Amino acid sequence: MASVVCVFSSSFSVPLKEKKLMEVKLGELPSWILMRDFTPKGIAGAFQRGYYRYYNKYINVKKGSVAGISMVLAAYVLFNYCRSYKELKHERRRKYH
Amino acid sequence: MNENLFASFATPTMMGLPIVILIIMFPSILFPSPNRLINNRLISIQQWLVQLTSKQMMTIHNSKGQTWTLMLMSLILFIGSTNLLGLLPHSFTPTTQLSMNLGMAIPLWAGTVFMGFRHKTKAALAHFLPQGTPIFLIPMLVIIETISLFIQPVALAVRLTANITAGHLLMHLIGGATLALMSISPSTALITFIILILLTILEFAVAMIQAYVFTLLVSLYLHDNT
Repeated sequence: MASVVCVFSSSFSVPLKEKKLMEVKLGELPSWILMRDFTPKGIAGAFQRGYYRYYNKYINVKKGSVAGISMVLAAYVLFNYCRSYKELKHERRRKYH
Repeated sequence: MNENLFASFATPTMMGLPIVILIIMFPSILFPSPNRLINNRLISIQQWLVQLTSKQMMTIHNSKGQTWTLMLMSLILFIGSTNLLGLLPHSFTPTTQLSMNLGMAIPLWAGTVFMGFRHKTKAALAHFLPQGTPIFLIPMLVIIETISLFIQPVALAVRLTANITAGHLLMHLIGGATLALMSISPSTALITFIILILLTILEFAVAMIQAYVFTLLVSLYLHDNT
């Protein structure tokens, strides 16, 4: 019964706009990216979805661990490093500081 | 070296956009709000800590002073988390900016003073003259007490700024010294590195203590004035 249902649903082709990222073929990738919703509401929705995806996977579990928070802190350190790379470029190994 | 010693205290801009607002709002993501009666482990730990702190801070106040609980608890969480996040490498600490600390200290102190003058005018004015002073000292003492009242917000702000800034600067300097000494004599570099470790432990303590002191003093001013 279940196998009949699976075959039935895959016989219709899914339109490009509604495919998930993993199902998009490589040649279709640029047009897929251009079809995404870049309005402020769309971007806010993307941030919200990303936040809840991380939150429900690592924080909102019965026994959360230090890994959930430390990944966020590591990303914060990386963000600040990228932000101040321009000044830090001069700090590389040289004879006289 | 002098220029880039202070470069980490500059207001962060990225491609000309001031992202300091984003950095100030970042600690709020780290404190998820409890939804259920029994939450997951991380939120339960956070809840327990907040209840411990609020009981410690607010039992000395009467019911009028306890209306300030939300304000003081969010204050200590904000200052504590911002200071602790500033200990991560390359991060920007908003509490090193005097402008922000003055913006926190002056309205809170002014709120306690105005509340005192509004509800207990006589007692609030009586603070300006300690009991049992000789009569000829009264004018001078009133002036001194007024000055000490008006210096309270400035002291609050400058205390926080100076402590955090000095700690960060000291860590930069000693870290730089350790690196420079490594090629000259590794044993001295080892000693300097141990000093750096001890300093980092101190900085963790200072980050939390400064938050506590700020909030405690505001609550003390509140206690005087309710």
